Amino acid sequence: MMMLKRDKKEEEEGGGNPFNNLEKSTVLQETRTFNETPINPRKCGHILTKLLYVINQGENIGANEATEAFFAMTKLFQSKDPILRRLMYMGIKDMSKIANDVIIVTSSLMKDMTGKEDQFRGPAIRALCSITDTSMLQSIERYMKQAIVDKVPGVSSAALTSSLHLSKTSQDVTKRWVNEAQEAVNSDNIMVQYHALGLLYHIRRNDKLAVTKLVSKFSKHTLKSPYAYCLLIRIATKLIEEEDAGSGSPMFDFIESCLRHKSEMVIYEAAQAIVQLKNTTAKDLAPAVSVLQLFCSSPKPTLRFAAVRTLNKVAMKHPAAVTACNLDLENLITDVNRSIATLAITTLLKTGSETSVDRLMKQISTFMSEISDEFKIVVVQAIRSLCAKFPRKHSVLMNFLASMLRDEGGFDYKKEIVDCIIATIEENPEAKEAGLAHLCEFIEDCEHTVLATKILHLLGREGPRTPTPSKYIRFIYNRVILENAAVRAAAVSAIAKFGGHCEELLQSCVVLLERCEMDTDDEVRDRATFYVNVLKQQQRNLSSAYILNGLTVSVVGLERALYSVLEHGLKHVCCTGLTVSVVGLERALHQYTLEPSESPFDMKTVPLATQPLADQKVRETPGLAGDVGKPEKSAATRQDLYAEQLAAVPELANVGALFKSSQPLEITESETEYYVQCIKHTFSNYMVFQFDCTNTLNDQVLDRVTVDMEAADGFEVVKQIPCPSLPYNKPGSTYTLVHLPEDPTSVTGTFPCTLKFVVRDCDPNTGEPDDDGYEDEYVLEDVEVTVADHVQKVMKPNFAASWEEVGPENELEDTYALSSMSTLEEAIKNIIQYLGLQPCERSDKVPEGKSSHTLYLAGIYRGGHDALVRAKLALDTSGVTMQLTVRSTDPSVSEVLATAIA
Amino acid sequence: MDGGILEPSLYSLKALAILDNDGNRLLAKYYDDTFPTAKEQKAFEKNLFNKTHRANAEIIMFEGMTCVYKSNVDLFFYVVGSSNENELILASVLNCFYDSISQILRKNVEKRALLDNMDAVFLATDEICDGGIILEADPNAVVQKVAVRNDDIPLGEQTVAQQLTKKLEVLQSAKEQIKWSLLK
Repeated sequence: MMMLKRDKKEEEEGGGNPFNNLEKSTVLQETRTFNETPINPRKCGHILTKLLYVINQGENIGANEATEAFFAMTKLFQSKDPILRRLMYMGIKDMSKIANDVIIVTSSLMKDMTGKEDQFRGPAIRALCSITDTSMLQSIERYMKQAIVDKVPGVSSAALTSSLHLSKTSQDVTKRWVNEAQEAVNSDNIMVQYHALGLLYHIRRNDKLAVTKLVSKFSKHTLKSPYAYCLLIRIATKLIEEEDAGSGSPMFDFIESCLRHKSEMVIYEAAQAIVQLKNTTAKDLAPAVSVLQLFCSSPKPTLRFAAVRTLNKVAMKHPAAVTACNLDLENLITDVNRSIATLAITTLLKTGSETSVDRLMKQISTFMSEISDEFKIVVVQAIRSLCAKFPRKHSVLMNFLASMLRDEGGFDYKKEIVDCIIATIEENPEAKEAGLAHLCEFIEDCEHTVLATKILHLLGREGPRTPTPSKYIRFIYNRVILENAAVRAAAVSAIAKFGGHCEELLQSCVVLLERCEMDTDDEVRDRATFYVNVLKQQQRNLSSAYILNGLTVSVVGLERALYSVLEHGLKHVCCTGLTVSVVGLERALHQYTLEPSESPFDMKTVPLATQPLADQKVRETPGLAGDVGKPEKSAATRQDLYAEQLAAVPELANVGALFKSSQPLEITESETEYYVQCIKHTFSNYMVFQFDCTNTLNDQVLDRVTVDMEAADGFEVVKQIPCPSLPYNKPGSTYTLVHLPEDPTSVTGTFPCTLKFVVRDCDPNTGEPDDDGYEDEYVLEDVEVTVADHVQKVMKPNFAASWEEVGPENELEDTYALSSMSTLEEAIKNIIQYLGLQPCERSDKVPEGKSSHTLYLAGIYRGGHDALVRAKLALDTSGVTMQLTVRSTDPSVSEVLATAIA
Repeated sequence: MDGGILEPSLYSLKALAILDNDGNRLLAKYYDDTFPTAKEQKAFEKNLFNKTHRANAEIIMFEGMTCVYKSNVDLFFYVVGSSNENELILASVLNCFYDSISQILRKNVEKRALLDNMDAVFLATDEICDGGIILEADPNAVVQKVAVRNDDIPLGEQTVAQQLTKKLEVLQSAKEQIKWSLLK
């Protein structure tokens, strides 16, 4: 009674919460009451509840304290009070992970589990399984089997779910309970049926035949539980996906029949399943869509939400299928649940016509502030696809994006908007001015350094080429005055680009940059000084090399690396404006410092920075699920990895620095005895062919594996580095070193290849090979060396400047008729593939409806020569006509590239 | 996400929770490793509460999960599942969760009554979900399994009223009986 009174007092203090201000130590202290006899169920129950409450609040209880409380709790088994007993089961479950020696209660729980009190049995089983491990499981196995088929539903369900929990650790034991689970599926109780089906599937999930049987059996014999139906639909969906079957499958018939089930849950599950299947046609979708359409007018928000969300998914793949629901979706635009309204609008944006865009945008802007960031991102993504779909609507959409940019929002949301604006600017030249203006306004008040630098970089690239570049400079220079060092540095680079590109602005830019020479941050100062000096030279090619297309990214890395070189007293460093990979540069410099020599350090020995793979155009579907994949960034590129791999082969030590590695090329079918991939590594005078071989025969070991290459004209096989041994299924590499022809213009060739090796038979089980083997060979596909293998892609953001920089000295021009190409896109794709150069200024995209186009390509040829190609293409009746102009710093390179297409 | 073909599994719940009208946890059970520490769990609850306590919208996508919720007076009930989970299954669990507690509290769904019957609330939660598997979705079955000692429940206002009506009924029937006996 005393305690209750005290509780009352606490209640008043704690605003009516008797559990407020509970001290963990006090509660643990109180558990000593459990040791008193006779047990007062009421009092002990109250203390136990408090203990559960404290644990539930996430208090950290130490192992010793927990064990003490746990042992006190076991005393309560003496009481028969049902509430107290079951609170104890919960206590046991909660403490099973923190206390020691919890298995002490096993026998008491087993007694309850097999006892007469049905009320105790189910919870006792669940508590027991939470403290049981694999070794103990044997002893309770018999009881578990019995419990699974028990006629009391609660007991059976408890046993089934516990089996599923146990199967995480003791798969083998629970597998033996499959017959009992089978029997339990036939139970009348809906939950038992559901749990039994779940367990049955879990046991058999790796046996496809058994799962197929399972579905076909239960899809005929009607289950009672809607939950079980949902599960069965999921199993059937998975089967269809695995088999890649279409709507002809009997599984699909089953799912479709579920659309007519009486439970909404099952109908929705079936509709969702049909929508998610890959091989569905508009016809297959129709019944699912009409069911979802009905749900749209349901009074239950959850049902409406589910329906709109699924329709939204349909709209991504088959917008036409959803148009029938447009009217219902229009009604949902004003739904009180903002999630539903947002989904409805984004769905309509996908399915609607150009005329409805204005109205929908107006509607959506009324409640933009009320929805969560995640949904705002969904909206932005919808707008992004709209911009691409209806380029003429860019002014409405841009204004909307700008107003969203002004509102409150997290980083991800802002980044999405900025990305969207940038994408629109790049795709739609008409939207450029407006977009840049909005972005300028945004950086005036932008708290995210990453976004500010990104935008400044964009302004530096795009701004100088607009009709009035001067108006951007004010925005950029404001950043220099107001922002942190990183943004200031980016702003300095951007100003320099204006100066480099626009002659009339040169003087003012130099003045601005000179002011930055007094900056507090050394990076900003350094950049400013550097740019001022370059700009003062007033030489176009210098500006182009160092400012417009220069090493913007790796300046810091380069400086640091060069600094360390200078420290070693080496003063002859000549560098040309190459885009180099920082890792490669470091490595080259390191080597140079190790072997001091009189010759100057040459940047051409440094490998180029490999271009990141083409922009991932496939956008993740709008962030309905949170697991939006973040593209992984690895510090070292693929090429750096190869360089390291090759450096580890001593025989290849003297070939120089790696220039380029090709993509792996399969030169066998993937399902043959020996699987071989070839990677071509280009060096300045050599080529290394790396053959990654896999032996797929488990009764053979291959020794001394080499690849014999018949050298084409001028090429010379110098060395073969065999792979000493190739056991079953362990990939190994063999290398062939080829000297490139002396004649700089002969660079291509075809190499017939043969895999040569010594076979030793072995026992497939032990892998123990015989002592003696015999020689054998295996013919591989030919390996071709193309022009593209000698060229590294380099992005020149300002192609025209580079074009002037290289100059017409080694220019070659020729006209070709590409009669086999029927479209400009096809021609562009092929030219890029032949030459292996990087398309610049988005010239690989042809605006719709044009019959002529100019493609700009840039790259570096083996040996460090700049290579630029301008291809003017025109479409006529006989095919595509191309005028190809090549400029390069080396005459033979121009020749090689000019003849590559022919 | 779009490629969200659900792995057929019984594990469909990520969490159950009851929060008060300040967003404090009264009860919360997490069934997977989405939020491994108590700190992360509480931060999640706070955020979820902030998003949901004003708009009574019943369902929300939150941090990549689907949350269904229901509130009454000063209590907020939440059921959380994966974003690919069938929303209606989650809603059915929420209904069961709410209705069974409502029955246990004799329709008096508010914080005070909940705290007075915390033991039964714990037991009901335990009967509804076992380690992420829906154990029971019928509120009547849950209440029956919890089997609170009806006679033991302290006399709240509700019970007083009930007792009174009972008394009145007895009185009424006595009156009737007397009436009939007089008429005879």
